[in-house]
Amino acid sequence: MKYLEEFQNPELARRLLDDIRATVTRPWALMEVCGGQTHTIIRHGIDQLLPDEVELIHGPGCPVCVTPLEVIDKALEIASRPEVLFCSFGDMLRVPGTDRDLFRVRAEGGDVRVVYSPLDALRLAQQNPGREVVFFGIGFETTAPPNAMTVYQAKKLGIRNFSMLVSHVRVPPAIEAIMRSPDCRVQGFLAAGHVCSVMGVGEYPELAERHRVPIVVTGFEPLDILEGVRRAVRQLECGAHTVENAYPRAVRPEGNPAAQAMLADVFEVTDRAWRGIGVIPDSGWRLSERYREFDAEQRFAVGGIQTREPAACRAGEVLQGLLKPHECEAFGTTCTPRTPLGATMVSSEGACAAYYLYRRLDLPQVRIAAPAGVEASSVV
Amino acid sequence: MCLAVPGRVLRIEERDGTRMADVDFGGVIKEVCLEYLPDLEVGEYAIVHVGFALQRLDEESARRTLELFAGLGILQEEFGDPWEAAVAMDRLTGGSEIGVGEAER
Ligand code: SF4
Repeated sequence: MKYLEEFQNPELARRLLDDIRATVTRPWALMEVCGGQTHTIIRHGIDQLLPDEVELIHGPGCPVCVTPLEVIDKALEIASRPEVLFCSFGDMLRVPGTDRDLFRVRAEGGDVRVVYSPLDALRLAQQNPGREVVFFGIGFETTAPPNAMTVYQAKKLGIRNFSMLVSHVRVPPAIEAIMRSPDCRVQGFLAAGHVCSVMGVGEYPELAERHRVPIVVTGFEPLDILEGVRRAVRQLECGAHTVENAYPRAVRPEGNPAAQAMLADVFEVTDRAWRGIGVIPDSGWRLSERYREFDAEQRFAVGGIQTREPAACRAGEVLQGLLKPHECEAFGTTCTPRTPLGATMVSSEGACAAYYLYRRLDLPQVRIAAPAGVEASSVV
Repeated sequence: MCLAVPGRVLRIEERDGTRMADVDFGGVIKEVCLEYLPDLEVGEYAIVHVGFALQRLDEESARRTLELFAGLGILQEEFGDPWEAAVAMDRLTGGSEIGVGEAER
């Protein structure tokens, strides 16, 4: 119980755990879809606090991790061009392409900038009319509306030196693909709360019904996760399979209709390859015909890229919940955050990184020292 | 990147025909687009992701989440300098060929 004291409300956490313990009568496997939830779980040892019957399987919900290698290589190629000012969220800097990453491209002289918001990239385009400003648009349904709005604004303002490399992904088709896999062990889902803040819960009842699987919309704080688990276990124990919203303070059933309308205007649904998993039908978005002029892939004609996935990396299995990170042979030996073989080791939301940073299983328990000036809390 | 952070609206104005706000995230002030929550008012809290307010939040939950995120270093992750973070990660995990000076570029 040593972790419990770190909870914001240890008493409530204890009560939730007691309730789960009192409810559970046999083994259940739940998948938390979102990488942010995975980190909360590992950081707080929630998987260890839960009764043995409840297993948490980590899902594919890290946008950085699932961006296909081919798209990373395209980004690296575009970012290397002298006329290009390449903008990205900070998480993408260390994601390995076939032979380098954005951090390296910048060290070699590429103009790579980190932006907090896609609108910052648009502003850079306005301020640098002689440059080609390209924004790396990745992410799930939470990030897609801001990126959609940015493309919409670019068109409205007539900004011609701006384009976006788009590789957006959608959660429900990923849940569908996981449930259809013959190796699937998942019996219940903790759905990603912030995705539902935008999309609402409307896409889930049909999935829950068809696969007879409970889906509980869950937040990111430790208590949110415990509450999500408690509700999923309650449903499983009585044979229910409905959609529950355990995160009502941020998720309204209808989501954010303005954001959904913008998504429908700027993007269209397309098949998308997920790194390590392969193509999932209808699982992504690309720019719709009306906005195709802002497509960086077309503007820079990046095609025919030869990718090489490191053979040792088993991120695909990790992302599908078939393998725990520390069960990968390369984990902590040839693959570390400094020399990552897969994006799941480098992304701040990746499952391999979570295990490496918080629980170096099967490795000597070295406490990683924080560098001077960096607070321990900001690096662990 | 996927975690949205709650913030409090300090000031609202039109910029380039777009409804924008200054939003306070536990001390860090950022510019945020309100187009997806057009009726958000000064003093209210919202969940903000990559510079966009996406959903209203009540004050009490917002405060609790902010405190928790601050304690966990998530605010640092979201708003800190990512180049520095990349270099720190390099040093943390065994030094770097790219060099510490990289952060100052
Ligand atoms: S530990 Fe490294 S090599 Fe193994 S699956 Fe994770 S990222 Fe890939």
